[in-house]
Amino acid sequence: MSGSIQDTFFEECEELLEAMDEGLTAIEGGDHDPEVVNAVFRAVHSIKGGGGAFGLDELVAFAHKFETVFDEVRSNKVQLDVKLIQLLLRCSDHLADLVSVARDGGSVDEEHNDVLVAGLEEYLGEEEEELTFEPMGLGGPAVPLPLDLEEEKTYQIRFQPLKEMFGTGNEPFFLFQTLSELGTLKVTLDETELPGFDAMAMDDSYLAWDLTLTTKEPKSAVESVFEFVEGLCELSIVSDKDSEDEAAALAALNAAFGVPGESAEPEPSDPFEEPAPAEATPMATPEATKVEAVKPESNKSEQRGPKPTLRVELERVDRLINAVGELIINHSMLAQQIANLDVADLRDVETELEGFKNLARDIQEGVMSIRAQPVKPLFQRMARIVREASAATEKTAKLVTEGENTEVDKTVIERLSDPLTHILRNAVDHGVEKPADREAAGKSRAGEIRLSASHRSGSVCIEIKDDGAGVNRPRVKQIAIDKGLIPENADLTDAEIDNLLFLPGFSTAKEISNLSGRGVGMDVVKNAVTALGGRINISSSPGKGSTFTIILPLTLAVMDGMVVSVADQTMVVPITSIIETMRGSDDMINSLGADGTLLSIRGNFVPICDVAGALGLRKPEGDKPPGVYLLVETETGQRSALAVDDIHDQRQVVIKSLDGVCGNVPGVAAATILGDGKIAMILDSESIIAASPSSATFDSERRMSNAIAS
Amino acid sequence: MQSQAEVQIGDQEIKHAQQSEFVSFTVAGQAFCLQITQIREIRRWAPVTILPHAPMDVLGVMNLRGAVIPIYDLAARFGLQQTEASERNVVIVVAVHGKPVGLLAESVSEIISINPEEIQETPQVESRYTMEYIQGIISHDETMVRIINLDAVISAPEQGLS
Repeated sequence: MSGSIQDTFFEECEELLEAMDEGLTAIEGGDHDPEVVNAVFRAVHSIKGGGGAFGLDELVAFAHKFETVFDEVRSNKVQLDVKLIQLLLRCSDHLADLVSVARDGGSVDEEHNDVLVAGLEEYLGEEEEELTFEPMGLGGPAVPLPLDLEEEKTYQIRFQPLKEMFGTGNEPFFLFQTLSELGTLKVTLDETELPGFDAMAMDDSYLAWDLTLTTKEPKSAVESVFEFVEGLCELSIVSDKDSEDEAAALAALNAAFGVPGESAEPEPSDPFEEPAPAEATPMATPEATKVEAVKPESNKSEQRGPKPTLRVELERVDRLINAVGELIINHSMLAQQIANLDVADLRDVETELEGFKNLARDIQEGVMSIRAQPVKPLFQRMARIVREASAATEKTAKLVTEGENTEVDKTVIERLSDPLTHILRNAVDHGVEKPADREAAGKSRAGEIRLSASHRSGSVCIEIKDDGAGVNRPRVKQIAIDKGLIPENADLTDAEIDNLLFLPGFSTAKEISNLSGRGVGMDVVKNAVTALGGRINISSSPGKGSTFTIILPLTLAVMDGMVVSVADQTMVVPITSIIETMRGSDDMINSLGADGTLLSIRGNFVPICDVAGALGLRKPEGDKPPGVYLLVETETGQRSALAVDDIHDQRQVVIKSLDGVCGNVPGVAAATILGDGKIAMILDSESIIAASPSSATFDSERRMSNAIAS
Repeated sequence: MQSQAEVQIGDQEIKHAQQSEFVSFTVAGQAFCLQITQIREIRRWAPVTILPHAPMDVLGVMNLRGAVIPIYDLAARFGLQQTEASERNVVIVVAVHGKPVGLLAESVSEIISINPEEIQETPQVESRYTMEYIQGIISHDETMVRIINLDAVISAPEQGLS
C-alpha cells in the first residue's frame, strides 16, 4: 500500500476497530470470557499507542479513558453490567468517529465526547473506592479468574531474552521493576553463556536471569508482565504450588520445569500502565504496537489470533481478475477455432483443451476468492446503526446477525453498506413499535432485527427481518394515492402494495424524524441493489413484522447465462432470472385485447414479452411469434415469458460493464465477449418486461411510473 | 475562430514551420483527416454488436482486445448519408477523454504532411455540424481535406445515448 506510516496506522486502526467491535458484540451477547475482554483492551490500547505516535491528542485522551475502564473490567475491579456494556458500545462508536476525524478531518461532537468521558469516569471513580477491597477477592462472576488470589506463592522464573527483544526496545530492567511491584523479587544473573571477549557479537544476547518471586498475585498476573516480550524471549514461569491438571499436554514440553498452571495464553496486560491508570504514558506505546505485530507467532489460542494476511492493492487484484477473464474468453475462442479446423482426429487436443478450461476455472475461482470477504465487518457496523437508531427513536431494538462468515465480493460489501443502513434505520423507525405498544401486542419490549447472510444457489441472499408491526397496507396505499403515485381506484394485491414502498418519492413516516424520512426513500435502496445486479423483495405480515430479502450475484465479474439469439443478434440472459425454457406451439398462444398475448403453460396464462420488440430491434409483426420462450420471474413474483428466436448454449460469461461506453441502455444490463470474439449484450429481463408493450403484468406499475413522470 | 498560425489540434499547439502528419480518409465521399498522434490504430471493418435503442450514428460496440468500445458512424454523425457496409470500410480507433472509441470511415487514403500555415480557417457555412466538428481545412493535391475536431465530435462517451 502507500508508503506513509500514517496510512498504515489508519489501516491498522480499521482492523483494530473491527476487532474491538467484534469483542464488544461478543461481550454484549453474554460472552464474558477474559480473553475477549483482553482482545478489546489490546485493540483500544494499540489504537491509543499509534495515535500517540502521531500526536492525535483527542483520540489518545479518549482511548486512554476507555482503555482504563477496560483495564478495570479486566482485573475484575468493575463489573460488566448492562449499563456499562451499553456505555462501552457507545464509546467504541465514538472511538471509531475519532479515528475517522483524525484521518479525514472534520470535527468531533465535543458534547458527546464529554458525556462519554463523564460516563467512563464514573466507573473509574468507583474503582478507586473499591481498590481497597480488591485483595479480599472480589472475583465477581463476570470475569472469573481461575486462580485463588489470597495464597502467597513462589514462582521460579527463567527469563532469557533473544536478541530480537533488544531490537524492539524492550528493557529487562523495567520488566523486573514491574515484577517487584507484585511481591518480593530476587534476581540472579546467569552469565554462563557469555563468551570470551573476542567471540562476542555486539548485538547478540547472552544473558539470562533466574528470578524468584513471592506474591499473592495469580500466575496470570506474573505472565502478563512479560506479555509484550512474548516471542522475543525464552520464558518459563513455574509455581511451587501449581497443581492444575489441565496442562497435561504441556507437561511433556515443560517436563524439566514441572507442570505450569495455565495452558492458555497468558493474561495480557500492560505492565507500564497498571499501577497508574489515570496517567497517560505515551512513551510506552510505540513499543506496545510493535510487540502486537510480533505476537501472533506465539499466540496459542489460534482462533482469536489474526491469520497471516497480505495487504495487496485492490487494483492489482482487479488487474488479475481482468486477465483471468480474458483467459476464459481466450479459451472459448481457441475452442471454437479448433472446432472449426478440418482435422480428422481432435480427441487429444480436446482433452488438453478441457484441462485448460478446468485450470482457467480454478484460477478464476482463486482470484475471485481474493476479492471475496466475509460480511462480518459490514454486519458489525450495522449493529451500531441499530443502536443509534433505537437511541434516536426511544425504542429498544437489538440486532441479531447470522451467517457473518458468508463471503461476498468486496465491491458488493462496500456498496451494500448504504442500502443496509437505510433498511435497518427504517426497520427501527417504522418497523419496530414503541416498547409500550409492543407489550400491549404481547411481544417482548425489545424489538429484534435479524440480519442474515447466506449463499443460495450461486447467489448471495441477505435478509433483514424485524418483528415489528409489519407494513400498514391501508396507510401505504392511501399515501400512494394521496401522492398521486397510483390512481385512486387501483386494485392492488398485498404484495403490490408492499412494493409501493420502493416507488420514488414515497415516505410513510407520520412525522419526519431526524432518522429516516430525509427525502431519500426505499427507491434509493432498490436502485443501489439493482446497480449491483441484485434484486430486493419485501414480504410482510401485519403484526408480525417485515422481511426484506436482497438477492445478489456472487461476483460482479462472471455469471452464468443462457446464450440466445434475438433478431440475428446473440444475447445472454442471466440464468438466475430464468425459471424454465420451452418451445411454444401456436395453440399455446392466446391473444388478449389488441396487442397482448398470453402463453398458456400447464393451464396458467403468462404474458409474452417479445425481446426483439422491447429492444427496438424488430417492428412488432403480431402474427409471427419467435417460438422459444424463457419463463422468468420478476421481483414482484410475477411471471413473464420472454420470446426469443433460439437458445444456443448455457455458459459462464465474463461481465463487461457498459458504463462509460454508452451510458444506460434500457433492457441491457452489461455486455460480454463470446467465444468468437463478438460482443453480446447481457439482458436485464426486469427492464425488458417493463418496457415491453405487450406486457399486461406491469400495467399497474407502468401507470405508476407514468404518474410520476407526468 | 483562431488565426492560422495558432490553430490548435487536440491540446498540442503546432509550432511554426514544424510539419505535422495527418491521416486522411473518406467519409461519405468527402475527405477528412485526423492528426496521426490522435489515432491509436486502424482496423478492418467487422460487423459490430448492435446496441438497442441507440441513435443512428452509434453503430454498436466492438471487442478491442477484451475492451468493449463504441463505434460511431462518422457519416451519420456529420449529418451525411449513412456509410454503406463494404470491404474497404475501416474503423479508426481513437482515444477520446482517455477512452477508446471507434470511428467508421469509408476508407483510409494516405498520410499527409502539412505545415501549420497551410491550415485554413473553416469558412462560415450554414451547417451547424460543419462549424462544430471541422477545425480547419487544408488543400492537398487539389482537393479539400477537412480536419476533424475530435473532442467536439465525440464530446463524451455517454452522449451517444440518452
